[in-house]
Amino acid sequence: MSILDSKIPEGPLADKWTKHKNTINLVNPANKRNIDVIVVGTGLAGGSAAATLAELGYNVKTFCYSDSPRRAHSIAAQGGINAAKNYQGDGDSDYRLFYDTVKGGDYRSREANVYRLAEVSANIIDQCVAQGVPFAREYGGLLDNRSFGGVLVSRTFYAKGQTGQQLLLGAYSAMNRQINRGKIQSFNRHEMLDLVKVDGKARGIIARNLVTGEIERHAAHAVVLASGGYGNVFFLSTNAMGSNVMAAWRAHRRGAFFANPCYTQIHPTCIPVSGDHQSKLTLMSESLRNDGRIWVPKRIEDSEAIRAGKLKPTQLSEEERDYYLERRYPAFGNLVPRDVASRAAKERCDAGFGVNKTGEAVYLDFASAIQRYGKEKALTSGIENPSAAEITKLGEEVIENKYGNLFQMYEKIVDENPYKTPMMIYPAVHYTMGGLWVDYNLQTTVPGCYAAGEANFSDHGANRLGASALMQGLADGYFVLPYTIGDYLSKDIRTGKIPTDTPEFDQAEKEVTDRITKLMGGSGQHSVDYYHKKLGKIMWNKCGMSRNEQGLKEAIDEIAALREDFWKNVKVPGTADSMNPELEKAGRVADFLELGELFAKDALHRNESCGGHFREESVEQDGEQKGEALRDDQNFKYVAAWEYKGEPKDATLHKEELTFENIELKTRSYK
Amino acid sequence: MNLTLKIWRQKDAKSQGKIVEYPISGIEGDMSFLEMLDVLNEELINKGDEPVVFDHDCREGICGACSLQINGEPHGPDRLVTTCQLHMRMFNDGDTIFIEPFRAKAFPVVKDLMVDRSAFDRIQHAGGYVSVNTSGNTIDANAIPINKEDADDAFNAATCIGCGACVAACKNASAMLFTSAKVSQYALLPQGKVEATERVLAMVNQMDEEGFGNCTNTGACEIECPKGISLENIARMNREYLKASLKG
Amino acid sequence: MSGLIKSSIARKVAMALSGLFLVFFLLQHFTINFTSIFSADTFNDLSHFMGTNPVVQFVLQPVLIFGVIFHFVMGFVLELKNKNARAVKYAKYNGGANASWMSRNMIYSGLVILAFLGLHFYDFWVPEIVYKYVEFAPEDPTRYYGELLHKFESPIRTGLYVISFVFLALHLWHGFASSFQSVGFNNKYSVAATKFAKAFAIVIPVGFIIVALVLHFTH
Repeated sequence: MSILDSKIPEGPLADKWTKHKNTINLVNPANKRNIDVIVVGTGLAGGSAAATLAELGYNVKTFCYSDSPRRAHSIAAQGGINAAKNYQGDGDSDYRLFYDTVKGGDYRSREANVYRLAEVSANIIDQCVAQGVPFAREYGGLLDNRSFGGVLVSRTFYAKGQTGQQLLLGAYSAMNRQINRGKIQSFNRHEMLDLVKVDGKARGIIARNLVTGEIERHAAHAVVLASGGYGNVFFLSTNAMGSNVMAAWRAHRRGAFFANPCYTQIHPTCIPVSGDHQSKLTLMSESLRNDGRIWVPKRIEDSEAIRAGKLKPTQLSEEERDYYLERRYPAFGNLVPRDVASRAAKERCDAGFGVNKTGEAVYLDFASAIQRYGKEKALTSGIENPSAAEITKLGEEVIENKYGNLFQMYEKIVDENPYKTPMMIYPAVHYTMGGLWVDYNLQTTVPGCYAAGEANFSDHGANRLGASALMQGLADGYFVLPYTIGDYLSKDIRTGKIPTDTPEFDQAEKEVTDRITKLMGGSGQHSVDYYHKKLGKIMWNKCGMSRNEQGLKEAIDEIAALREDFWKNVKVPGTADSMNPELEKAGRVADFLELGELFAKDALHRNESCGGHFREESVEQDGEQKGEALRDDQNFKYVAAWEYKGEPKDATLHKEELTFENIELKTRSYK
Repeated sequence: MNLTLKIWRQKDAKSQGKIVEYPISGIEGDMSFLEMLDVLNEELINKGDEPVVFDHDCREGICGACSLQINGEPHGPDRLVTTCQLHMRMFNDGDTIFIEPFRAKAFPVVKDLMVDRSAFDRIQHAGGYVSVNTSGNTIDANAIPINKEDADDAFNAATCIGCGACVAACKNASAMLFTSAKVSQYALLPQGKVEATERVLAMVNQMDEEGFGNCTNTGACEIECPKGISLENIARMNREYLKASLKG
Repeated sequence: MSGLIKSSIARKVAMALSGLFLVFFLLQHFTINFTSIFSADTFNDLSHFMGTNPVVQFVLQPVLIFGVIFHFVMGFVLELKNKNARAVKYAKYNGGANASWMSRNMIYSGLVILAFLGLHFYDFWVPEIVYKYVEFAPEDPTRYYGELLHKFESPIRTGLYVISFVFLALHLWHGFASSFQSVGFNNKYSVAATKFAKAFAIVIPVGFIIVALVLHFTH
């Protein structure tokens, strides 16, 4: 019997959440006033949780490393947010959203959590509209939807290519309202450096004021971690430069189990790397795949000629192109899920068909969509016998209306006109499904420490569907955590203020300052970025889109060696008692150097291919699916939760078996 | 390409700052402006100097963290981009580039090129929200149809990233474009109209208290805004404000 | 209501409204002056009316003076406040990249106009007041045209007038159109309104210049 208790309520799937809400303990309003909650991170999950907790009456302190809560990286989400509203009448329902999410996650998520997510999804849209979030609308004045990420219904709500921004600003506005009421104290340019436990419970954090360098103690009755994902362990990712694992990793070191660290989503449509100076990667919304066709040349000589600059893609005829997704997956074509599309691109590039100077890019071509739309538009605008130029012009206008901002962004970065020549794309690390293990109440294995949004592992299994991250962040923050945390806090109504002048806080602060001193005291050979880039290379080459036993074993050793070198030889200029971005980075990279090793260890132990985790040893041997990922439900139908035991390689595995009572496990096939 | 950078260095809010010159070489056109600064910082660190501090985060033009007055213009010479999206191909070999923090009394320098834009947050605290509880127990999202044109205008106003380029560009360091974008977003939507009067009064009042200058309609903000927020929003806020003052 | 007096927006609107009032006055002034180049009699008649009508003299004239004073005092106040909003200046400021010279230098075009007003008062208004209310000289309905010609005999004065009108054009170029925006007028008619305002900003000062030059060279 596992020591992990997921606390999934009894009863039929569809009733679990309602029943649970009806039976958990509540805190009366007068008592809420005496209870403090710390929320670390102010993205969709943290911002919405902070606003709702404050509105319920708790005293909330929020922490973010940016100068304003509004800058959290949720803001960069482009595509949209799913909700089972069924406004389009195309057969959507809570169950179908639940089903798609579990299937998309390759049956590695918890049924009850996912169902709850689907159940509250419709509420999110109501809530956001009430807050003044300007979603896209149809001419009739009602909300518009689009189909997204390889599902069969149109359930994605969007605000042009800036849905994440609009939703985050909605949550931020809800926070502002509570800040104005004095219920939220917002600590910006602050970073959590440790979790403080008193009598086994999370009772506060140690934070660094990034402007003054001061180390501060903050106490609370509960701590919510909504600090996002750890994609930056790869150095290059679509995450923001500051996105980091520190808050989650500090909690992990204090006893919170880390679940499924190897589940990483590699997004297929990013702008390829242009050189060594590259600091981050830019995502192009997945919605582009609705109209763009992905291809590489059929003949390897053509690819080589293109790489050498001797041939232009537009010179290749239809017959000379390999639309490999349409060829391999006739049913879904260019709309296969992210993991499938990413691996297929890597497969072609590894085979030598890549099309940019680094050989790591494939084409995303809008020429046929431009022609198709152009003809439609000519027809509907009553233009008879339109010329080829007219059709192209009309088609380009349609494309511009749909994706204008993305095309403009691409042109700015790559300096090529994507209306005239196909875009180049390549997969990049985008999202991490793994995270802190939480039970149904979103509580980690440290009592009083909760995790929400991308920071937890809960809802996406081994692969996340498009437009589901925003949904999960807001569901956790607005509708789940504020209820479930009350159950825990109801036992704290007589506790009174948590003091910070206790041995536990002394000890935690001492550990934090010792660590900073150690970081500042490196021999000064290499900059923090030097180590971060090295770590990223190891991760990308050995723990990236395709993994094997040998590579993972090497990665574990290499990361451990790199970490040792880092602590001896890192160079952090400046002082600890002032604004020092290099010191901030050093602390974050130090944690990535531990997480990376656990990541590889998790990937090594999971000898199956599921979702974003692809093990070369586990592929279909024959039949129609030959060469495709092979899941092993017999041996790996569980959540891998790792307990910290000192060195990451010594972490202990705890398994939470996954039971599927409402859904039949199938092989994901997009053929 | 080889460049000469003239960068504002300032230890902290209290210290005096000055322009310091740095030569830099080996810059490629494909680099973003911030990647060019990364190269400089890596050099400075390896030489044992303190790197130049500047705000940045998403590096894809949406978080609004990056700032920088580049050759006298916020976010540099390109249009509709933030500094992180500005590419070095906009410059020529041998150029001298001035890099300064966004200047305004309401945006005090924190260090080097980093400024404190919390005044923007406080304007938002004053009224940048709809007073609706986050419980989700509200009316159905489609219960109130909204004219597409209004919804689109509201969206366009709402795309403001709060970077402060409008203030930095304005000869008066006025925050009217920023404030009016938020006021407009809500004024255009039925959900926001309910509190429109209190909102515009509170937000403008806070804006004035923060010490921003007054708008003189030069239009510099609109030109420099990386998101193309329209001056129409300022006109709308003026209208809303006059209406509200007469009512209130 | 306090916002109507103190707030930045109220001040901006006040600038716009007083400016619009002065624009209207300018049109009226120009119309009368313009008659001088083709009909001395019409000019004398109109001037006589303006100079003796009690409503014009004791209601409109004080309102106008108040309007002028308000506009420039408020202009100075705002300029100082705005300068103060950026305590540390940019080492390099490329204002021309994003805003017209006119819009950035209203204070200077305004100062030139103010200086011109001093000259103009010295030339016409002060002698007029002295004539009517100090010396109580007998009213002569035909004296205005002659006085006007006398003033434009000097090439220096004519030159100063011309330069001032150029600055007036620069001031109006930004000020008139921008006042619509200030009072919240920005809709589908704005483009047309702006075009009208820009045309006005050219036509009226050029008209004044023509009057000055014609009077100077033809007599």
